[in-house]
Amino acid sequence: MGALHGWVTTVDHKRLGVMYILAGLLFFVIAGLEATAMRIQLAVPNNDVLSPQVFNRLFTMHGTTMVFLVGMPIIIGMANYLIPLMIGARDLAFPRLNAFGFWMFFFGALLLYFSVLGGDGLYGAGSMPDVGWFAYAPLTGRAFSRGNSTDYWIVGLLVGGVGSLTTAANLITTIFTMRCPGMTLGRMPLFVWLLLVVFFQMLLALPPLSAAQIMLLFDRFLGAHFFNTQGGGDAVLWQHFFWIFGHPEVYILILPGFACASEIIPVFSRKPIFGYAVMVAATIAIGFISLGVWAHHMFTVGMSTGANAFFVFSTMLIAVPTGIKIFNWLGTMWGGRIRFATPMLFCIGFLFQFLCAGLTGVMLAAAPFDWQLSDSYFVVAHFHFVLIGGLLFTIFAAIYYWFPKVTGRMLSERVGRWHFWLFAFGFNLTFLPQHVAGVLGMPRRIYTYDADRGLELWNALSTAGVPFQIAGVLLLVLNMAWALRNGAPAGDDPWDAWTLEWATTSPPPAYNFETIPTVRSRRPLWDLKHPDDPDWKHE
Amino acid sequence: MAAQAHAHAREHGGRGRIGMACMILTESALFSVFVAAYVFYIGKSLVGPYPRDVLGLPVWATVALLSSSISVTLAVRALRRDARSAFVLWWGITIALGAFFLVATAVEWRALIYAHDLTIWTNLFGTTFYTLVGFHAGHVTIGLLLLGLVLVFALTGRVRAAHAERVEVLSWYWHFVDVVWVVVFTVVYVVGR
Repeated sequence: MGALHGWVTTVDHKRLGVMYILAGLLFFVIAGLEATAMRIQLAVPNNDVLSPQVFNRLFTMHGTTMVFLVGMPIIIGMANYLIPLMIGARDLAFPRLNAFGFWMFFFGALLLYFSVLGGDGLYGAGSMPDVGWFAYAPLTGRAFSRGNSTDYWIVGLLVGGVGSLTTAANLITTIFTMRCPGMTLGRMPLFVWLLLVVFFQMLLALPPLSAAQIMLLFDRFLGAHFFNTQGGGDAVLWQHFFWIFGHPEVYILILPGFACASEIIPVFSRKPIFGYAVMVAATIAIGFISLGVWAHHMFTVGMSTGANAFFVFSTMLIAVPTGIKIFNWLGTMWGGRIRFATPMLFCIGFLFQFLCAGLTGVMLAAAPFDWQLSDSYFVVAHFHFVLIGGLLFTIFAAIYYWFPKVTGRMLSERVGRWHFWLFAFGFNLTFLPQHVAGVLGMPRRIYTYDADRGLELWNALSTAGVPFQIAGVLLLVLNMAWALRNGAPAGDDPWDAWTLEWATTSPPPAYNFETIPTVRSRRPLWDLKHPDDPDWKHE
Repeated sequence: MAAQAHAHAREHGGRGRIGMACMILTESALFSVFVAAYVFYIGKSLVGPYPRDVLGLPVWATVALLSSSISVTLAVRALRRDARSAFVLWWGITIALGAFFLVATAVEWRALIYAHDLTIWTNLFGTTFYTLVGFHAGHVTIGLLLLGLVLVFALTGRVRAAHAERVEVLSWYWHFVDVVWVVVFTVVYVVGR
């Protein structure tokens, strides 16, 4: 009981970070089970494991959960845990606000899932939202969405959004005011730099969703007409507002993946990152450009040619800074003494798969191509390559890399390799065929399909990949549970790394550092270990 | 010792300022969307009443709110030189001006609802007007609650020159609410009429 009380009332950034990540992993399992149910339904044509209505609820909750209750909290949790350690601070600028942010996220998540019990309100038994994760109007209007399931979707995300905003403001303030002596902006680890851009994106991109959701609430409860087409409202306006949030959100999710890769790849290539300044500049460029690409989600609603051309151009433009980053990571690996430990394996998998995601992204950015493949399984494959092949692989890499710091124990390398190969195989088996199914004309969000459309093989392959992914995740869970008790002791710095979090003990004490460190270069631990040849002489 | 004090100042001073700047940034994004919705729906109401028929210029309310930005600045300056009664005076005037603004809004809404039959579900003008102006009025209300809290602390002698920075951070929020009103005024009462 005492221990539980300690966790619930904590304001320590490390504990809150761990709580965010554990909550994220819990919802990851739930969203994974939802996806598994959908893949079972789609395994063969004309299947009837799930009814169309249940299928709609599952893809809505899977998407909403993965974006808001898995991606966001794991990212915020890692930032919470690592940023103060990396900049040599003892906590965040506002520790109590930090706890507030976590609990807002957590209760928002509970509200969303409470729809299982309360979604239909007075109209019947419980249900989950079924309007899709982007909840297009006018489907979400009172007339088409009876009961309260859509309201749980709105209010759950509104509450959670407040948590994300306060935490973003909190971490920006921390980065600007709490860096240790010598930790200039130009010496911050790239992880901190990339997350700083992410937090600014959050401050600018989350409010449009909140505002649009408030308008939708007014429509549903007060009879307002924002998205009510019969009252003169415009359903497409919702799409604009949603994607003004929605596309920066993609970068809010993927930039932290880049951040992890930018810490892990240098350490396992035994070289400093190639092109630090260019990496920072490319990230800031992505931050700005990502605010002006939203309507590439809307090529098929019939915008003007000028608008289409603008969004084609801005979307293709964003491939440039993203491509620069790929070359930065390859340049870091080039000529390095690469150690193929599990974190590095996941990063290399990320490089291949994210490249694939980027290429299909450029294809979809061309409006005429998008007219053919919008809302098809090609798009489903594309964004799963971004969010799983890109983000989730780097999150796995980060777990293997930083778990020893958080717990003081090493994860098993042998199980880690099995995890990597099973998951990489299963992921590609599930999502590569979906490109083909999409090109053959399979729309997304259908609960079944007829035989003889040429879709059977690709869907069967897609479902066949699922058990491999489940086995991989199961191995990770077992590995973590086993390592907590039996893992080899990690020591302060098991990977011979260079950033400040490895300067303190594993796990770090509540106060992080006995004395606040002073840094003179981007690799303070290198300086410490190599006093004969420190970095600061060359930077 | 000086270096330590400097480090301490860097660590703890400025936190409030940057935190508030972040909040103002994110609130600006929020208001931008409400303003965009208002502008998008100007002239698209299917039925009346229309803005030109029912909206009058809220001149005195605007003068009051803009003046309150001056009085809050004077209050912060007074607190910095530890002139506490001057601080309470200017701070109280700020609250009075803000309250006047809210009352003027309430009177305007009462007339719109009862005399002109304009509610949030009447037409798109009603929908966007009450949402945008209401959100701003909500921010004025929150500001008044925070200003009132500081006034209670000041009257019980708990606000000293040492708190000038915190009070100044709060005044930033009040200035922000003022700036938003300039935008709302322009969009709703000038452009939209």
